[in-house]
Amino acid sequence: MLTVFLQFLFSGLTVGAVYALVGMGFNIIYNATSIINLAQGEFVVIGGLMMWFFTSSVKLPFVLSVLLTILTAGLIAFLMERLTIRPIQKTDLLLMIMITISVSIVLRGLLMFKFGKDPYGYPPFTEGEPISIFGAIIQQQALWVIGVTAVSIVLLYIFFNKTLIGKAMKACAVDPVAARLVGINVSQMVMLSFILSGVVGAIGGIAITPISLMEYDKGPMLAVKGFCAAILGGLGRGRGAIVGGFTIGVLESMTAGYLHSGLKDAVALIILLLVLFYKPAGIFGSSAIARLRKF
Amino acid sequence: MTADTMLVLKNVDVHYGKIHAIKRLSLHVNRGEIVALIGGNGAGKTTLLSAISGLLRVTSGEIKYNNIMINNLPAEEIVKKGISHVPERGLVFKPLTVEDNLLLGAYHLYSFANRNEYKKDLLQVYKMFPVLEERRKQLAGTLSGGEQQMLAIARALMAKPKLLLLDEPSMGLAPLIVKEILAYIKRLRDNHGLTVLLVEQNARSALQIADKGYVLETGRVLLQGSAEDLLANRDVQRAYLGRDLDT
Repeated sequence: MLTVFLQFLFSGLTVGAVYALVGMGFNIIYNATSIINLAQGEFVVIGGLMMWFFTSSVKLPFVLSVLLTILTAGLIAFLMERLTIRPIQKTDLLLMIMITISVSIVLRGLLMFKFGKDPYGYPPFTEGEPISIFGAIIQQQALWVIGVTAVSIVLLYIFFNKTLIGKAMKACAVDPVAARLVGINVSQMVMLSFILSGVVGAIGGIAITPISLMEYDKGPMLAVKGFCAAILGGLGRGRGAIVGGFTIGVLESMTAGYLHSGLKDAVALIILLLVLFYKPAGIFGSSAIARLRKF
Repeated sequence: MTADTMLVLKNVDVHYGKIHAIKRLSLHVNRGEIVALIGGNGAGKTTLLSAISGLLRVTSGEIKYNNIMINNLPAEEIVKKGISHVPERGLVFKPLTVEDNLLLGAYHLYSFANRNEYKKDLLQVYKMFPVLEERRKQLAGTLSGGEQQMLAIARALMAKPKLLLLDEPSMGLAPLIVKEILAYIKRLRDNHGLTVLLVEQNARSALQIADKGYVLETGRVLLQGSAEDLLANRDVQRAYLGRDLDT
C-alpha cells in the first residue's frame, strides 16, 4: 500500500520537476515582458532531441553534448526573439502571444522534419541500480531530474532577487518606459529573458528524456502543464511555479495510478480552471500584485 | 550662447503620431536654474520633456546638451549623459521594493568593480527622503501618491543627474504635499547644484520656485521671461493663474 503510494509520489515528483522548469520558463519571459510564451514546451523538446543528436547520433562526450544542447536552445530562443518578437515590439501583448503559438507550430514542424515522428532516448546520466525506498523503486535518473531542477531553481532565484540585472529584467516588465528612463536597455532584457527561459526549458528536456523519451510533438502538452503550474502558483512568482509544478505532477500521477490513466492529462486542466475561477492570483500571488500586472 | 548654458533647443519639431505636437520650439536652460514650462492640457509640455529624454524622436531641429547634439540618442543613453527624466505620475516600479526601485535608478552607473558605490548614494537619498528609508522594504505600489512621487524623484537622483526633467510632480497630490515636493526641488538646486526643467499645470507654485519660465500653447512658446515677470503678467494671470481680472 505504502509502496504503491510512494511509487506514484516519486514518479509524480519527477514529472513535476519538469513542469516546474517549464513554469519557470513562462515566468521568466512573463516577468520581463508580460508575454506568455506558448512555445515554451518546444524548448523542452529541443533539449531532449538535441541532446540525443549530440550524444547518440554524433557521439560527443556527455558534458560537451549538454553544453552544445543548451547553446542550441539559447540560440533558437535568441532567433525567436529577434525574428518574431522584436520586429513588432510596439504592438499589443495578445498579438505577441499569438505569435508565440505560431512559433511553436513552426518549431514543431522543423523538429518533425529533422527527427521524424519517433520517440528518442539516450542512457541515463549515471548507470546503476535503482534505489529502493520502502519497496518503491526510484531510478537514479529521477534523482538527477529533481537535482537539476533544484539547482536551476536556486540559480534563478539568485539571479532575479540578488542581482541588479535580474531586478532590471523585472523592472522592464512592470514599466518599459520607466525602465528606459533609468538606463535599462529594454530590448536587450527581453532578448535575455527569452534566452534564459529557452535554456531552462532545454535543461528540463535534457534531464527527463532518459526516463520519458522525447518526440517532436510533446511540446504543447508540456507547455499546458507548465502553464498550469505557473498559474496555480501565481503567474510571475518563482516559487509559485515550483510548488505548482510539483503539485500538478503528483496529482497527475496519483490520478493515473488510483483512478484511471486516461484522466492524467485532464488533472492539470481541471486545476487550471478551478484556479482561474476561484483564485486567479494563484497560491502565492497576492491579489494586490495581481491587480498591478497587465495580464 | 554663454558658457553656463546647459540645454539648448533650437527649432525643434516633434510629431506624436500624426499630431504636430511641438512646432519649431526653441528654449534654453542655464546651469543651476529652475526653469518652469507652463501651459494647459495639450500644450506639448510632456511631449517636449519626452523628446529631450529620448523617449520620442524629434522630427527636425536640434537638442544640444553641454554643446553635444543628443536628439538621436535613445533614452537609455541620454540618462548616462546626466539627464534624468521623472515622468508624469512617477512611474515607479510598483511590484518592486522601494530600495530596489532606488537601486535600479543607479542602474547605468553600476559595474562589478564599483558594486558597493551605490550604497553611499542610497544613504544620501535616504537622508533627503527619510520616509523612503522607513519604507525601504515595502513594495512601491503600496506607497501613497506623494511618497511614490518622492520615490520617483529619488530614483532619478540615484542616477546622479546634472539636469532633472520633472513632469507634473504635483499631479493628483494634496496641496500640502505639492508644497513639500516643490520645496524639495528647490533644495535640490540650492544644495546640490542640480538644474531643473519643471513642467507644471500648477503654474503658480511652479513659478514661485522657478527662475524663469516658458509659457507653451499648442506646441509653441507663447511667452517667456523671468518667473517674477510671468507671475505679474496679466495674460498669464488670466490664463494660468486663475485670476479673474474683470471683477
